[in-house]
Amino acid sequence: MIVRELELDLDAFEGPFDLLLTLLLKEELEPAEVDMAAIVVAFVERLAEREELDLEACGEFLVLIAALLELKARALFPEEEAELAELEPEEAAEELARRLAEYRRMKEAAAWLAERLASERDRFFRIGPAPLARKPERRLAQQDPEQLAATLRLLAAPPPEVSLAHMALRFPPVAQFLERFRAVLRRRPRFDFDTEVEGLPRVDQAVAFLALLELRKAEEISLAQAAPFAPIRVSRPDVERGTEWIARSA
Amino acid sequence: MDRPLRLITANPVDQLARTLEALLVVASAPLSIDELAQAAADDAERVELALGLLGDRYREGRSGIVLEHVAGGYAFRASREAAEACDRLFERPVERGLSQAALETLSIVAYLGPCSRPEIARIRGVAADSAVAGLLERGLIAEAGREDAPGGAVRYRTTPLFERVFGLESAAALPRLDDLGDTAEELRERLHSVAVGKTA
Repeated sequence: MIVRELELDLDAFEGPFDLLLTLLLKEELEPAEVDMAAIVVAFVERLAEREELDLEACGEFLVLIAALLELKARALFPEEEAELAELEPEEAAEELARRLAEYRRMKEAAAWLAERLASERDRFFRIGPAPLARKPERRLAQQDPEQLAATLRLLAAPPPEVSLAHMALRFPPVAQFLERFRAVLRRRPRFDFDTEVEGLPRVDQAVAFLALLELRKAEEISLAQAAPFAPIRVSRPDVERGTEWIARSA
Repeated sequence: MDRPLRLITANPVDQLARTLEALLVVASAPLSIDELAQAAADDAERVELALGLLGDRYREGRSGIVLEHVAGGYAFRASREAAEACDRLFERPVERGLSQAALETLSIVAYLGPCSRPEIARIRGVAADSAVAGLLERGLIAEAGREDAPGGAVRYRTTPLFERVFGLESAAALPRLDDLGDTAEELRERLHSVAVGKTA
């Protein structure tokens, strides 16, 4: 039996035990929300289904659940940690017993209420807004008008402008490459795009490619590429029209 | 015989009883004797007398409407005979489907209230947020100020609706807390015996 695969169906969580552990450790789930007793019950039920007592699983489970309990206790009583740590074992036992007794009494009281509810279930009465109930008045503490004004002034001040410096990406104008490629084609009937833009920064190369597409759209050039990632060959439209490798724009 | 024989003499508080009847019919929450006396412009003692008269008239087995003393006041409710019919009419009474967590939270607020969510969590050992929210929505508990410390948590108390739903004349009708559960001493002994038994 693998403890980590124990399937749980709790109010706060449904799924395998190890996922619960992960969520708790990543603090995506509040330990206080998790009913540890229900986990123990699930484990014991699973254990009871088997004929042999799996001591290894029990040991692993004990370690995990003890760690979880400690985690939860710390989450529930952060401010009491120091206070309780100072207690002698005897006093700590006393405190534990006192708290357990308190909770037990509340459980009994809840049971009494549940019984009462069952015996009163055939009492029906009108439920409506109580016209006589006065709403609790919420009073503000005494405020200093000066301080209030100062706070409002703070709120009214425009926030500092956000710097966009880190986003600066300077593009050379596409026109620059349009002219450049036209000039090259006037001198030669064809050229290799890759050779032409070699040594330029990546951004410039990208803009140069846009210029290429632009020229193709205007049918000022023909494009050919022998294979994917092969050099792109650029030529005057009259030179290679009709060849197999013309890349037509859709 | 020229005068009709009057077998029943008019009760001196009969008129007042009719007024109270009307007041109780229009009210949506139990009315205290003082409230009834004030509305009827009569004195509390006569109101009590008249209520006695009404209590006899509106009682189980005699009427479909029953007068009850609940939540510190008087209110009409349906007779238990009509419960099934009422059940078919009502979609979801306040009390239906109260979870164990909600009941425990409710008892803590009823006995220790006004008390805050952290206090409830401390006793129950799990966060009380959803239980408290559910009880607030049902109107069984209500906010009752904040704890004294700065930024103190909101405290809660039970409402008259709580007493009404549970059929309590007042909060004093709850069983004494001391009579419930084991004492700390008994628990401590039990813990001790478990500890000893384990090491032995």
